[in-house]
Amino acid sequence: MSKRVLVIEDEPNIIEAVSFILSRDGWEVKTHANGHDAMEAVRARAPDLIILDVMLPGKSGFDILQEIRADAVYGHTPVLMLTARGQTKDREMAERAGASQYMTKPFSNADVLAAVRALVVP
Amino acid sequence: MTILNVLILVCILYVVFLFAVAFAADRAALRGRGSWLRSPFIYTLSLSIYCTAWTFYGAVGFAARSGLEFVTIYLGPTLIMIGWWWTLRKMVRVGRSQRITSIADLISSRYGKSNLLAVIVTVLAVIGTTPYIALQLQSVTLSFAAFAETDPTATTLPDMQSTALWVAGGLALFTILFGTRNLDANERHHGVVMAIALEAVVKLFALLAVGIFVVWGLSGGVATTLDRIDASAIARFEVSGSRWIGLTMLSAVAFLCLPRMFQVMVVENEDEDHLRTAAWAFPTYLMLMSLFVVPIAAVGLELMPTGANPDLFVLTLPLMDGRDGLAILSFLGGFSSATSMVIVAAIALSTMVSNHVVMPLWLHFSGGAAMVSGDVRHVALLARRLSIAGVVLLGYVYFRLSGGGTALAAIGLIAFAGVAQFMPALMGGLFWRGATRTGALAGLIVGAVVWIYCLFLPSFGPSVVLPQVVFDEGLFGLQWLRPRALFGTEGMDPVVHAVLWSLLLNTSAFILGSLLSFPQPVERLQGAQFVNVFDHSGTPGGWTGGMAQSEDLLIMAQRIMGATEAQALFAEAARRQGLAGYLPEPSPSFLQELERELSGSVGAATAHAMISQIVGGAAVSVEDLMAVADETAQIMEYSSQLEAKSQELARTARQLRQANEKLTQLSVQKDGFLSQISHELRTPMTSIRAFSEILRDTGDLTAEEQSKYASVIHDEAVRLTRLLDDLLDLSVLENGQVVLHVQRGSLADLLDRAERAAGVQGGALRVVRDRVAEAVDLTTDLDRLVQVFINLIANARKYCDGQPPILTIRTAVIDGELVIDFTDNGSGIAPAQQAVIFEKFSRIGQHKAGGAGLGLAICREIMARLGGAVSYLPGQKGAAFRVTLPLSARMAAQ
Repeated sequence: MSKRVLVIEDEPNIIEAVSFILSRDGWEVKTHANGHDAMEAVRARAPDLIILDVMLPGKSGFDILQEIRADAVYGHTPVLMLTARGQTKDREMAERAGASQYMTKPFSNADVLAAVRALVVP
Repeated sequence: MTILNVLILVCILYVVFLFAVAFAADRAALRGRGSWLRSPFIYTLSLSIYCTAWTFYGAVGFAARSGLEFVTIYLGPTLIMIGWWWTLRKMVRVGRSQRITSIADLISSRYGKSNLLAVIVTVLAVIGTTPYIALQLQSVTLSFAAFAETDPTATTLPDMQSTALWVAGGLALFTILFGTRNLDANERHHGVVMAIALEAVVKLFALLAVGIFVVWGLSGGVATTLDRIDASAIARFEVSGSRWIGLTMLSAVAFLCLPRMFQVMVVENEDEDHLRTAAWAFPTYLMLMSLFVVPIAAVGLELMPTGANPDLFVLTLPLMDGRDGLAILSFLGGFSSATSMVIVAAIALSTMVSNHVVMPLWLHFSGGAAMVSGDVRHVALLARRLSIAGVVLLGYVYFRLSGGGTALAAIGLIAFAGVAQFMPALMGGLFWRGATRTGALAGLIVGAVVWIYCLFLPSFGPSVVLPQVVFDEGLFGLQWLRPRALFGTEGMDPVVHAVLWSLLLNTSAFILGSLLSFPQPVERLQGAQFVNVFDHSGTPGGWTGGMAQSEDLLIMAQRIMGATEAQALFAEAARRQGLAGYLPEPSPSFLQELERELSGSVGAATAHAMISQIVGGAAVSVEDLMAVADETAQIMEYSSQLEAKSQELARTARQLRQANEKLTQLSVQKDGFLSQISHELRTPMTSIRAFSEILRDTGDLTAEEQSKYASVIHDEAVRLTRLLDDLLDLSVLENGQVVLHVQRGSLADLLDRAERAAGVQGGALRVVRDRVAEAVDLTTDLDRLVQVFINLIANARKYCDGQPPILTIRTAVIDGELVIDFTDNGSGIAPAQQAVIFEKFSRIGQHKAGGAGLGLAICREIMARLGGAVSYLPGQKGAAFRVTLPLSARMAAQ
């Protein structure tokens, strides 16, 4: 049974691109497009990996990450953060909040794929 | 060269010499040199302005007409100098201790600073002096004419009036130059005094020279001269006792009261002790001046043709004998007498006129602005100068109007009688503490009226001013009011009659008024200071005090200078005096030093008044208090200026703080802006990169997928381009570099264009418009305005959540401004966000609806360039934006 990835991202084209890449690699991809009920989506989808955007409508990616890390069930789910804000202080914030990996947009498809593979133990 | 030319040349040289002497004396006094300036003999010689041209020429004429009566003119002053010198000393002491500037000032100061009194005295003095100045001008022109008559080459007589005008102008110039160098009455006119002292020597020398020439040259020795006198009419004149006594008294009183005499005797006095020398030296001078009067008159009457003017014998006798040099000397003597009188009279009168008439009027009309001291000084100097010119001009006008006739000769005594009216108020003020302002006013007015009615007006002759009937029948037909026979006293000499009655009534009114009225506090204070002047004025300016006062002085000084400085000053002074501790002996030198130190902080007058009060050696005078008030006003002015300055500083600091806050805010905004731009650029780039890699790396894409992904790349590239365009557009608008293309078009067309471009057609949003109201023509940059409209309509299309979404566009003209409201029926914008929606990248609720978040920022900039505005209109339920634009197209700077 293939592993499940939840992509939380509000930009439709990016969702489509990431879904395409991961599906082709054999992952089951679920998507969610806004911030304020992201935690509910996590609980509903029970993902093996979460790809999380920082700037989301309703709630920031950092806040969602904190909620995930505080959750009893999904607290240890690996989280790959994708952000369009490439400053050092954003990366540090992400690490402090407990991101498993942090990638800056625009990214290379191969890098994303490699990171996902590395983060999820099959 | 003719004798007339020589005379003019000598005159000019003499005048230049006088200027040089006055200038040198002023310079010497300024540098503190020239102790010889303060010699008692200079003072005595300056008193000789009593001997005017009227005395120089007129005494001989007087003797030729009335015998020995002329002696009374010299006798009066002699009696005063010898018998009454203690009165003079009191006047001088009062003048110095009270810083008196004129006789008007003295009388007004004594009677409680009454300016009314000062004005009356001033007016009377001007009336009394003007004919006298005219008389001097006449004497110069007459003597000049006497020369011209003997000059065979002069075909026409020189114009008398132009001569007088030249003389008057020169005198006014001299007086202004040397009489108004400085304002303070305590600073004396050394230059003027020196020049008139020199002139005194010249006139005495000239008269003596003519006398010696007449006795030994023309007449042939003392014995023959005495015989000639016995033979002449002079010996046969009856001397009327009453007239003799009356005239002597009159000249004595006038000597004390004449404004010009007061000027040289009191105001210009350097040292009280000079009076001791003058007491014998001045009578000697007068005696020498009168020595040859009778011989000249007797010889003149005998040798000169009948009808010759005896007033000019001094000049015509040497001329007749061909002694041109002596005649020129004699002319210079007369010239000196005339000019010195006019100069001093002009100074004295101008001081009175400017201090008591011009300055009070100016202060009254200029209001509070006058309290700033520096200003007053210039105005006072100007007033003094104009007054001098005015006084001399008045004399000249009188001379012209009177036609230069011989009637002027009688003016001397009439003027004496006029100024004699000051006498009761003056003497009463100095010797009687009970004298009051009311009394002085009553006496002066009564005396002046009697003098004008009985002597001044009748002197013009019957039917000139007073009609003949008044002379014969009295005023209103009352016999006892006849001007020459008041109360039925017929048969008296007119001058004696007028002097008797005016002074008698004046004195009675003065005494009665004083007894019946009650003095005000200031009057009593001043009265005590004047009458008891010798009791409480030591050396003027000096200080004395007891040891007990040192502590009080220290307390006061600490309050003003601060404790540390005051204690240091006192300790240092004590050390110098060989005393331990902080309390020096209050010696005069220490008190002066303290006054100097304090005046640096509180002003000279305040410092003086404060020390006076503690040391108690001198009472605080009203002038001191006035000066304190003046300084206080100045200090208040300064402090209000300081307050304004500090307010300005606070304002500047506030502005700087605000600017700094703004800068900090801008810096934060700039960081946010860069971060936003980065985000806005990276998002479309991410899609582009991801899909281009998919297209590149994925071999088995369907044609449909290929086409779809290529369009994504294309759309995102377009989005990127639009973002860059917006950024550039905003940058241009914000920097004000935008070029506007002004065109004319109708609002309805513009809104149609905007609706089409915003993509309303076929969408859910319904737009409600009022096409009637939109029929307005505009002259502006139409494309830019449409850009704003597109933004607002597109925002409604994207964000309006009404069911169904409706946008209402209302147009109105309010106060010459076109107002267009865009209101939708959605949930609107939260108040907290209304403030930021016009900022860059301030998208509401993180919605991404295709824009980069620059739209409203661009709208705001465009409207500012077009001279209008766009703003959020709260309280409309939905989101509402108001665009305003002036109808008369006013563009902002491009």
